[in-house]
Amino acid sequence: MTKLTINGASVEVQVEDDTPLLWVIREHVGLTGTKYGCGIAQCGACTIHLDGVATRSCALPVSAVGPDQAIVTIEGLGVPKPHPVQEAWAELDVAQCGFCQVGMIMAASALLAQNPNPSDDDIRAEITNICRCGTYGRVLAGVKHAAERMRG
Amino acid sequence: MTAHPASKATPSGPRLSRRGFLAGTGAAAGLFTFGFSFPLATPVAAQGAAPEVNAWVVIQPDETVIIRIARIEMGQGSLTGLAQLVAEELDCDWDKVRFELVNPAENARRGNVWNTQSTGGSRAIRGSQDYVRRGGAAARAVLLEAAAKGWGVPTGECTVAKGVITHTPTKRTTTYGAVAGTAGAITPPADVRLKDPAAWTIAGQPVKRLDTKDKLDGSLVYGIDYRMPGMLVAVPKACPVHGGTLKSFDAAAVAGMPGVKHVLKVDDETVAVVADTFWRAKTALDALPITWDEGPNAKVSSETIAAMVREGLTAETPFVGNAIGDAKGTLAGARRVIEADYGFPYQNHAPMEVLAATVRWTPERCEVWGPTQVPEAALAAVSAAAGLPASACDIQVMRIGGSFGRRLQTDYLTMATRIARQVPGTPVKMMWTREEDMLQGRFHPITQCRLRASLDAKGEVEALHMRISGQSIAIYAIPGLMTAKGDPLVFQGLTPGGEMALGYTIPNLLIDHAMRNPHIRPGAWRGVNLNQNAIYLECFIDELAETAGQDPLAFRRTLMRNHPKHLAVLEAAAKGIGWETPPAKGRARGIAQVMGFGSYVAAAAEVSVADGQLKIHRIVAATDPGHVVNPQQVDAQVSGSFVYGLSAMLYGECTVKDGRIEQENFDTYNVMRLDEMPAVEVITLPSGGFWGGVGEPTIAVAAPAVLNAVFAATGKRVRQLPLKNVDLNVS
Repeated sequence: MTKLTINGASVEVQVEDDTPLLWVIREHVGLTGTKYGCGIAQCGACTIHLDGVATRSCALPVSAVGPDQAIVTIEGLGVPKPHPVQEAWAELDVAQCGFCQVGMIMAASALLAQNPNPSDDDIRAEITNICRCGTYGRVLAGVKHAAERMRG
Repeated sequence: MTAHPASKATPSGPRLSRRGFLAGTGAAAGLFTFGFSFPLATPVAAQGAAPEVNAWVVIQPDETVIIRIARIEMGQGSLTGLAQLVAEELDCDWDKVRFELVNPAENARRGNVWNTQSTGGSRAIRGSQDYVRRGGAAARAVLLEAAAKGWGVPTGECTVAKGVITHTPTKRTTTYGAVAGTAGAITPPADVRLKDPAAWTIAGQPVKRLDTKDKLDGSLVYGIDYRMPGMLVAVPKACPVHGGTLKSFDAAAVAGMPGVKHVLKVDDETVAVVADTFWRAKTALDALPITWDEGPNAKVSSETIAAMVREGLTAETPFVGNAIGDAKGTLAGARRVIEADYGFPYQNHAPMEVLAATVRWTPERCEVWGPTQVPEAALAAVSAAAGLPASACDIQVMRIGGSFGRRLQTDYLTMATRIARQVPGTPVKMMWTREEDMLQGRFHPITQCRLRASLDAKGEVEALHMRISGQSIAIYAIPGLMTAKGDPLVFQGLTPGGEMALGYTIPNLLIDHAMRNPHIRPGAWRGVNLNQNAIYLECFIDELAETAGQDPLAFRRTLMRNHPKHLAVLEAAAKGIGWETPPAKGRARGIAQVMGFGSYVAAAAEVSVADGQLKIHRIVAATDPGHVVNPQQVDAQVSGSFVYGLSAMLYGECTVKDGRIEQENFDTYNVMRLDEMPAVEVITLPSGGFWGGVGEPTIAVAAPAVLNAVFAATGKRVRQLPLKNVDLNVS
């Protein structure tokens, strides 16, 4: 059995060691908010927080994650109340199809945890997730809006 | 079993099913456990289900207004716009509006009461606005009449605002929720009067989208997320050379791998592994020994395709899209002919959500939970693949994680049904890998164009021959559109009139097409043929302006004097970028315009090129779609269209080697990211009197505006895309 800590809860799953964390989260734990986009850590749809760091879970074998490392998925981010990034996203209607936005939100929230006052260039450099609908302008505005909310 | 992680999974969206007015596809909230227990998939009837007022409107006793949405939502925002149009005529409280999706089998059972559900060609709003507004107005009429009957007063004495009905003489009030129960039985008036758009208060406003919340907390269930008890997952692989076939596979070699249940022949060219999870199915599929018969296309390459298409640039063809005067004769006698060849490569739609659908087949019935842009065609495809009449099939449509035209074709639904049919009674989710999605796409067609023109003594265009050569989408995907001479879609943006009309008057004009169809399967890709046609013509017009020694805007004004609506958006874009004042040092500008999908659009771009590196600083986009239903969503569509169009311009290229597409993922099929996103300023100039589309038209001006700016910056004409293959260093 593989032991993991997901959204603050201890989880045991029976999986092959090389199974990427993404598929453990989606198929064995049953949390489908974290998306599959490319499988090669290019697009960022599968972004989760691993010990607070934005991490692409599709290319990370579950065996590389320790039982006490804190995995946070989109389902655990806005609990008990929505994260400021989620609030900013709602306020600015950032999402179009929405598929990539969970990864965007996880990347943005991790960025703001490290850098509460990012410049446009910081955001452009750090948020490398792919959005095919083309929400980038609103993503940029959303991160800044969330930063303002977090600073109060 | 240990404690549950926080889980807030909720249904992928409310929907209407045959059993009544139901909420949810199923992934019931908070029921996740570990291992392989799945949330319930059976829809659960909404509490206090209310009778409908009419097909479009259901109002619950608590005043919640449920508006039915028949067109598919895949990010473009038309779900919200359509609800606004219904709500506007209904005069309900917008804050009380929710939505419900319509399934195609229900639509068929009710005689297509919701009209077509097919969603493409930027038609979701413009193609439905009249009848959805009438639906809202008819619902308003019967609700008012129900209230009047209850009071025993003439309906004409009653008014409504935000769902509150007032009997004007007595000031008595009631609400939509209170009278909805009896309104549905009242026959609506034969005709209703629609509001003048100038009087709109809900439509035309930048209201928030109705479908955002579950996209932000991970609870929206997309096609790839769908889960059912006892479900298996199938991962298919088709012959990577289109037209090749499956010769053999060694199922025994993977039978003992973890989770593997079945290895199946899906059709003549496809094999699938069925396992308990996607990852285990994919792992076994990767290990499965497969022998293909690659067929007659095994040696085809990008080079052979280019030669095949190039031959069409000079071949005889009977297929003319626009002809005035004598272009060939004028060019033959011209003192100087300006000539250029352009080309546009294959593109993959590459939506973020890969193709997927869940199917449960029994000898009596076939149920599908999956995304499609064409629900009626999808039902027909499922019926055929299931070997069951359409009346025994059901598709629960879903909101889609991006589609851009890929799901206008139903190949993946046929495939999913054929797999499930081999595992009777067991729900099977078929899900493609990104690699399969890239190899088995329905590609933006490949074309080349030769443009030849001459100028008269005043520097005006006296003759233009535009010869397009290349692939037809219709002959493969929409054969019913083909005429005896060719595929009329190839002339988008170049026709004498209609919704894709050319905006230039040229005395001697010939635009013709030679169809050359390589084996790579084509499809409609956001913007369709407007994309390359606008690049070809708008960049060449810039070349002619340069030859004439004129400013690109001034040159176009002369050509566009008979096309005021085309010119108005071009002037607006040029003004927005500050065309009349020179750009800052090191910056350069370009413009482009076109008409497509019923709308007039133009763009102006400001760029710089340093050390061969292009930077796009600003885009100003102007669009006249006739009417604007939600300015915020128009802004989102226009801005986003530049990302799609500029991704293709910068990077988009699917090449062919040994008969197969070479790019298998985003590492080799790059797309624009946030770091390259320019500021896009959106100007809307709705001039009224017509309804144009919004999702696609502006894509087509993205690339030519930037390419014309690149020329202004570097003196280099980029005639073959993508730009990544071009050295922009100024020697």
